[in-house]
Amino acid sequence: MYETSYHRAESVEEAAKKMGTAEGGKYVAGGQTLIPTMKQRLASPDALIDLRHIPDMKGISINGKDVRIGAATTHAEVASSADLDAVCPGIASLAGHIGDPHVRHMGTIGGSIANNDPAADYPAAMLALGAAIHTNKREIAAGDFFAGMFETALEEDEIITAVSFTAPEKCAYSKFPNPASRYAMAGVFVARTGDDVRVAVTGAGMDGVFRWEEAESALGSNFAASALEGLAVNEGEMLSDIHGSAEYRANLVKVMAMRAIAEAG
Amino acid sequence: MGIEGIGARVARKEDKRFITGKGRFTEDMVVPGMKQAVFVRSPHAHANIKGIDVSAAKAMPGVIDVLAGDELAEDGIGSLICGWMIHSRDGSPMNMGEWRPLAQSKVRYVGDAVAIVIADTRAQARDAAEAVEVEYKVLPVVTDPAETLQDGAPQIHDNAPGNLIFNWGIGEEEATDSALAGAAHVTEMEIVNNRLVPNAMEPRAALGHYDAAEDHYTCWTTSQNPHVARLVMSAFYNVAPENKLRVIAPDVGGGFGSKIYIYPEEIVCLWASKKTGVPVKWVADRTEAFLTDAHGRDHVTKVKMGFDADNRIVGLKVDTIANLGAYMSLFSSATPTYLYATLLSGQYNIPNIYGNVRAVYTNTAPVDAYRGAGRPEATYVLERTMETAARELGISPAELRRANLIREFPHQTPVIMNYDTGDFEASLNAAMKAADYDGFPARKAEAEGRGKKRGIGMSCYIEACGIAPSQAVGSLGAGVGLWESAEVRVNAVGTIEVLTGSHSHGQGHETTFAQLVSDRLGIPIDNVSIVHGDTDKVQMGMGTYGSRSGAVGMSAIVKALDKVEKKAKMIAAHLLEADEADIVIENGQVKVAGTDKALGWHEVALNAYTAHNLPGGMEPGLKEGAFYDPANFTFPAGCYICEVEVDPQTGKTEIIQFVAADDFGNIINPMIVEGQVHGGVAQGIGQALLEGTVYDEGGQLLTASYMDYCMPRAGDLPSFQVSHQTTECTTNPLGIKGCGEAGAIGSPPAVINAITDAIGNNNLTMPATSQKVWAAVNAA
Ligand SMILES: Cc1cc2nc3c(=O)[nH]c(=O)nc-3n(C[C@H](O)[C@H](O)[C@H](O)COP(=O)(O)OP(=O)(O)OC[C@H]3O[C@@H](n4cnc5c(N)ncnc54)[C@H](O)[C@@H]3O)c2cc1C
Repeated sequence: MYETSYHRAESVEEAAKKMGTAEGGKYVAGGQTLIPTMKQRLASPDALIDLRHIPDMKGISINGKDVRIGAATTHAEVASSADLDAVCPGIASLAGHIGDPHVRHMGTIGGSIANNDPAADYPAAMLALGAAIHTNKREIAAGDFFAGMFETALEEDEIITAVSFTAPEKCAYSKFPNPASRYAMAGVFVARTGDDVRVAVTGAGMDGVFRWEEAESALGSNFAASALEGLAVNEGEMLSDIHGSAEYRANLVKVMAMRAIAEAG
Repeated sequence: MGIEGIGARVARKEDKRFITGKGRFTEDMVVPGMKQAVFVRSPHAHANIKGIDVSAAKAMPGVIDVLAGDELAEDGIGSLICGWMIHSRDGSPMNMGEWRPLAQSKVRYVGDAVAIVIADTRAQARDAAEAVEVEYKVLPVVTDPAETLQDGAPQIHDNAPGNLIFNWGIGEEEATDSALAGAAHVTEMEIVNNRLVPNAMEPRAALGHYDAAEDHYTCWTTSQNPHVARLVMSAFYNVAPENKLRVIAPDVGGGFGSKIYIYPEEIVCLWASKKTGVPVKWVADRTEAFLTDAHGRDHVTKVKMGFDADNRIVGLKVDTIANLGAYMSLFSSATPTYLYATLLSGQYNIPNIYGNVRAVYTNTAPVDAYRGAGRPEATYVLERTMETAARELGISPAELRRANLIREFPHQTPVIMNYDTGDFEASLNAAMKAADYDGFPARKAEAEGRGKKRGIGMSCYIEACGIAPSQAVGSLGAGVGLWESAEVRVNAVGTIEVLTGSHSHGQGHETTFAQLVSDRLGIPIDNVSIVHGDTDKVQMGMGTYGSRSGAVGMSAIVKALDKVEKKAKMIAAHLLEADEADIVIENGQVKVAGTDKALGWHEVALNAYTAHNLPGGMEPGLKEGAFYDPANFTFPAGCYICEVEVDPQTGKTEIIQFVAADDFGNIINPMIVEGQVHGGVAQGIGQALLEGTVYDEGGQLLTASYMDYCMPRAGDLPSFQVSHQTTECTTNPLGIKGCGEAGAIGSPPAVINAITDAIGNNNLTMPATSQKVWAAVNAA
């Protein structure tokens, strides 16, 4: 790691201000992505501005079916919220399967979606739930937020403060983890409200998280795993690396989608 | 046995400090004035060095010095060597290329050390290391063991034409060929044994301290054999004469073989300490560990096994290419030869065997012994072939093995080894019973109802441990003897220190060695301290590897204890006015058998040191040393059974049960032995399912972190069923065979046999990742 400085912000405004005065500053939340990158000397921010202790950015609030999760909420907090599990079990279970206990107790939802790792879990939930990403400047629809591998609609100094969504009638997330990293080799989040079905896929797509629209329309009229028989994602658009070929990932997407549908019931 | 003697499940004495984080590792050592070192390493797998410019780095904050290979050479520091001479079939000696501690003209793998930077802090050293400018001319690269032998492959060392280190053979080729020609059935396979990264929990480290006033060097290092390190560093690397070099291997956090060898870093730190006048410490980070620790395995093998009409094996022919990486590590030549092909008879009567091994250079990390070392490779070849043959012949894999088992001992195999004892069928039966082998078809049918493919696989292994009879290994090319030493020092109050030349880095010697003493003398293990790992404290010894600490190390302690007891009895006989032949040592007392005349052990010890009343002519004191040279290898053996379920939709394998039935001879501490089996089996399952080492075409290690290299975790493993069937080793005093490697040796073929049984496709390589299994399911 190169030398850097550390600032703990008490408010969103203070964080944004600190960022304005730093030369090559970076926000840090759980540090689970940023710190390893710095240790490998692949990133060298001269200032770290910590968002994790900003009261406004923490916690989960639920009002009927309306859910709001502060950006600095850890994966462990999302996984263990009984209230959230009652209205939207898919996202609670998703959070409970991120990485390992250490990662879950440090990493945050805001950090995860800001980073938009193509194999991260939360982006699939955000897309499938039609979530809104709240920042210190605006509100961005999840569909407009994720812009390809490690790319988002965020501006340099923009802070995600929360995400919000209306819980669907049914939802579930099914993930095939990479055995080494535990990130998704393929993860599929399925959400259904009435005929509106959304199927979002992470870990498999060459451009990061995406919606499998063909599956969505098939499921709209028949919400059953069997509705996907005969369908396939385009292998040409799947990632291929030492852990899984495009062909294998395409298969996993379908299998995980079917399992998520079965679980959502 | 007593509550703390041989056979007792005593909790490990060392656990308190390890569990509470109070272990003292090389990284914990602090010497006044100590500075931190970082190595500049090659980013290229193969390149000529055109020039090294250290001037910018030297000017950086905190930097003490930056040193490169030319200066090291000018000071006469030698090249690294392989200490085991192998001759090719044509009689020519192996082609060992030069391995400079700091590369001078050429780098040969990613991670090759080029320079050392010494600075006040590690961060400063790292900053400066980035400022060292090395001009490389990049050369073509080869990483694959078969490709490196092909015409036109890049030449890695000038004196190893075609990248061939040796072409070695063992056994009778003609007789084997004709046996195969006359066989009723021949099973042929091509088998890959995947390369593994050892991943000891503690990365390698070294602290070199040259004391100019005393003209004396001290090296703290992560070594499994500090005396061997001292010997090699003084005799071959010219760092310092032995009497001026102290090597200390304090607590060492795992080795699995990778810490046997002497690496460039400890040599360079010692030399740099003298050069710069400051103590120099280096600690590998995890990336360096992945890149530069000696890797394991990496064989490709063609095998033919012939059977007669009664399914008896008539011949076995094996042709192996062993990838030794970019340089020959210290014992790298022995691993794919005398530790591998000598075990090709397995547990079976095989009248004709021929093994051919070609060792090759590639642009990858050096490969050497890793837990099991050669024996896992041999077992994998044999047991995959046996299982495959059974399928081809249409008989039960268990019965094919049973029909071919060796039942009479001693048994001379066609490949050097002479098995002293064993009862292979006992382990086979025990494993089959524990696994409910006969109930498998019902379980398979039940699993099918759940959409899962269930399979069962077996592996019967034998290994040669207790390494090793010095004369035998000497005749086979070893540069050292493989005896062990011990000194038993009885203090004047009767407490005891045992100085052992073996080294504990997870094995529990502080407990088991004390149990031996407790068993003999009847004193509590708390009164016995085990001293190891410091060349200034302990007499010359050979260290720990090859499951040798019990069979060889403890045998040396037995010999020393025999001498101590004899003297104690003479003293007691004198004091008790009895005949020496009537004296017995029991429960901490030295007494006249059948009487109540007795002295406490501590009283005898005190008398030995006060020396007021000793038998005429007897020297004072009670301290004896011994060297033990084994008469033969020991032969642990056993049968492992693995049962799996494969999810055909994803290819994911779940291990449902794993049974290990082992014959380790006599057991000192069953709890520690079970732990060794658990750890070994976990490593074997890791090799079979998860651990894949991948170099890309340019020689970059793609799996250089835990994000990509998958180590087995608790959740990947079932609860193991472990049992022991004991036949005593006939060649050492305790009847011990050794248990440190068995788990890693026996388990991989059992796992792969189970998966291939489940999916009905035998074409599967390790690691059997979900992707590979899924593809194999679909190709079946
Ligand atoms: C071993 C391991 C396993 C993992 N496994 C998984 C897994 O299975 N699934 C998965 O999804 N993830 C996994 N992760 C990633 C983990 O979930 C991280 O927590 C997450 O990617 C980043 O969150 P963080 O809070 O740690 O962010 P940080 O590392 O602190 O920051 C990441 C990036 O986001 C920016 N950032 C952080 N917070 C904000 C904000 N509020 N507004 C704007 N920008 C912000 C930072 O500037 C930085 O660029 C794993 C990580 C590790 C180390």
